[in-house]
Amino acid sequence: MAEFLGINLFGLFGQLLVGLINGSFYALLALGLAIIFGLLKIINFSQGALYMLGAFAAWMALEYLQLNYWYALFLVPIVVGIFGILLERFLIRPIANEDHLYSLLLTFGIALILQGLFTDWYGSSGLPYAIPEELKGGTRLPFMYLPNYRAWIIVCSLAVCALTWFMIEKTKLGAYLRAGTENPQLMQAFGINVPLIVTLTYGFGVGLAGLAGVLAAPVYSVSPEMGSSILIVVFAIVVIGGMGSIGGAILTGLAMGIVEGLTKYFYPEASNTVIFLVMVLVLLTKPAGLFGKEA
Amino acid sequence: MKKIQKTLLTTALATAMTMSATAQASLSDDKVKIGVLADMGGVYADVCGPGCVEAVKMAVEDFGGKVLGKPIEVVSADDQNKPDIGSVKVREWVEKDQVDVVTGLVSSAVTGAVTKVLTANEKIALISTSASHAFTTKACSPFNAHWTYDVVSLANGTVKPMVQSGKKKWFFITADYAFGHALEKVATGVIKENGGEVVGGVRAPLGTSDFSSYVLQAQSSGADVVALANAGADMVNSLKTAAEFGLTEMADVAGLLVFTPSALALDPDVSAGMKLTTGFYWNMDDQTREWTKRFQKRNGGKIPAMGQAGAYSATMHYLKAVKEAGTDESKAVMAQMKSMPVEDFFSRNGYLRKDGRMVHDMLQVKIKPASERQTVQDLYTIEKVIAGDDAFLPLEKGGCGFALSQK
Repeated sequence: MAEFLGINLFGLFGQLLVGLINGSFYALLALGLAIIFGLLKIINFSQGALYMLGAFAAWMALEYLQLNYWYALFLVPIVVGIFGILLERFLIRPIANEDHLYSLLLTFGIALILQGLFTDWYGSSGLPYAIPEELKGGTRLPFMYLPNYRAWIIVCSLAVCALTWFMIEKTKLGAYLRAGTENPQLMQAFGINVPLIVTLTYGFGVGLAGLAGVLAAPVYSVSPEMGSSILIVVFAIVVIGGMGSIGGAILTGLAMGIVEGLTKYFYPEASNTVIFLVMVLVLLTKPAGLFGKEA
Repeated sequence: MKKIQKTLLTTALATAMTMSATAQASLSDDKVKIGVLADMGGVYADVCGPGCVEAVKMAVEDFGGKVLGKPIEVVSADDQNKPDIGSVKVREWVEKDQVDVVTGLVSSAVTGAVTKVLTANEKIALISTSASHAFTTKACSPFNAHWTYDVVSLANGTVKPMVQSGKKKWFFITADYAFGHALEKVATGVIKENGGEVVGGVRAPLGTSDFSSYVLQAQSSGADVVALANAGADMVNSLKTAAEFGLTEMADVAGLLVFTPSALALDPDVSAGMKLTTGFYWNMDDQTREWTKRFQKRNGGKIPAMGQAGAYSATMHYLKAVKEAGTDESKAVMAQMKSMPVEDFFSRNGYLRKDGRMVHDMLQVKIKPASERQTVQDLYTIEKVIAGDDAFLPLEKGGCGFALSQK
């Protein structure tokens, strides 16, 4: 085996790739949060619960409607997005002009309610969801066995991240969106329906969580707790990247996946704290985050 | 003549004693109160939780709702898997609410704290779902009865036959907290005793969602068997990942603690063929099926986890002992419980040992592939019944002070 400084290089490459897979997953979740915070200034604590909802919706689609994974991949983000739109319209909007703390508490409450409901309905142990036939199996790389489904996760998340970034930063629609959140009155005066843009943006950000949920269903346990355990990490990633920075969230997500992967290799016990350590270091040196603008 | 006199005297004395026993047949507060403490809404809710409460209520109803002519009451509380919350609740139960016995008891950390409170108050703990074997060894108490299974019986049931069949090299993926460490330690002991070796291991934090990096490490270790010393969602996630990365094709994966709800949460393609040890399986025979059918009606159609069946069995045995002893005084009841065999749908060839270990037959099972399952819940093929004395740690090796001194 190839060795370098006593480190098994093949093992290391494997860990880097696995880290990248997780990172692309983090990026997708962090992206949703970053859009919602960056454009709407809502700290959405229910993102984790909506991710869980996405995974359960995929399971329900298969169980009750016999809709397979591929249908779920397109339908579930829409359904979760619509659910998000309803949340925004009826619960979040009434307190939109209050302090950020209110939306944080409200969305946190929504998350607890959703988690409680699903525990009550489906139990705490989780539900089975198989990897779609088309993506079963894997490829033997020189240094590891790469399951096809994991490769698909990277491709799918990175494509969605890149598209979203492009749409917000480079298109006319994205420009409206950014302007509308910067100065709503002025945009209204130009005849642009700002409340509609806000609602749709929230729906889109939440839909991304739903998509991540569908992607996760075949590989992680589909259980009510799945969202709360990942949410804190994703928040840390958004903080490290700079609250609201869309490109920052994507890049940090990938980077943190790799950092975590390496920690799992060298010192597994610290793997669930390393991201927070990075967060503390970043906050001490660059309080606005790596890619954030100084307020 | 003298002989007749003697007989008469004995009879009279015996009658008097029986009479006084009847007169003393008393319950501390005119009722027997059973507390069920468990995680009601968290990660372990499915393995005991509300199902345990239903099982205990069912036992009370099957017993007739009354013992020694007095009503039996069931109360329950959520410990949220937190030792402080659990012990505060139990203290309130025994000191204020006249609770006589506490069952449920899931997380070993909570059980450790709660049994201390119960022992201090001379109340009985019927431990249904905890895994640690400490409660009948170094932390044993005359008031503990550990019912369903423990880490030793799991290791003996699952690990021993695999090592003996030639799978010598083991790798551990261990949950990084007390339960995982205990399970790993006990299993390692069994592996070494039988001529195997541990070639590596990782400690994964509780609640890890992605196990792929650990699975890669397991793959490169060259182990014959990868042992999962974890439970619940951790077990499900690690096994899913092991299958996905092709680990299950190059090595055996052994789940050291698999509860039925976790087995149900796994796709059969992933879990089929995995061997595990359980204290109870609903589809074993007519007796277990009959009980399960009645239990399912109360439990939203869900089949029982072993701890839930254990909670019923323990409660029933306790109530029988109260009846026989004629009192709910803990020491007398415990002595009675230890003197009667435990034989019901759950426990086969069971008895409650001096140190509080309920020794009964354990089952070595294999998860069925989808093609062999008649219903979704038809999970296991029973491979072997392990006699209780082979499965559990012998009394002499446990080091439980009070039980050893009684010899």
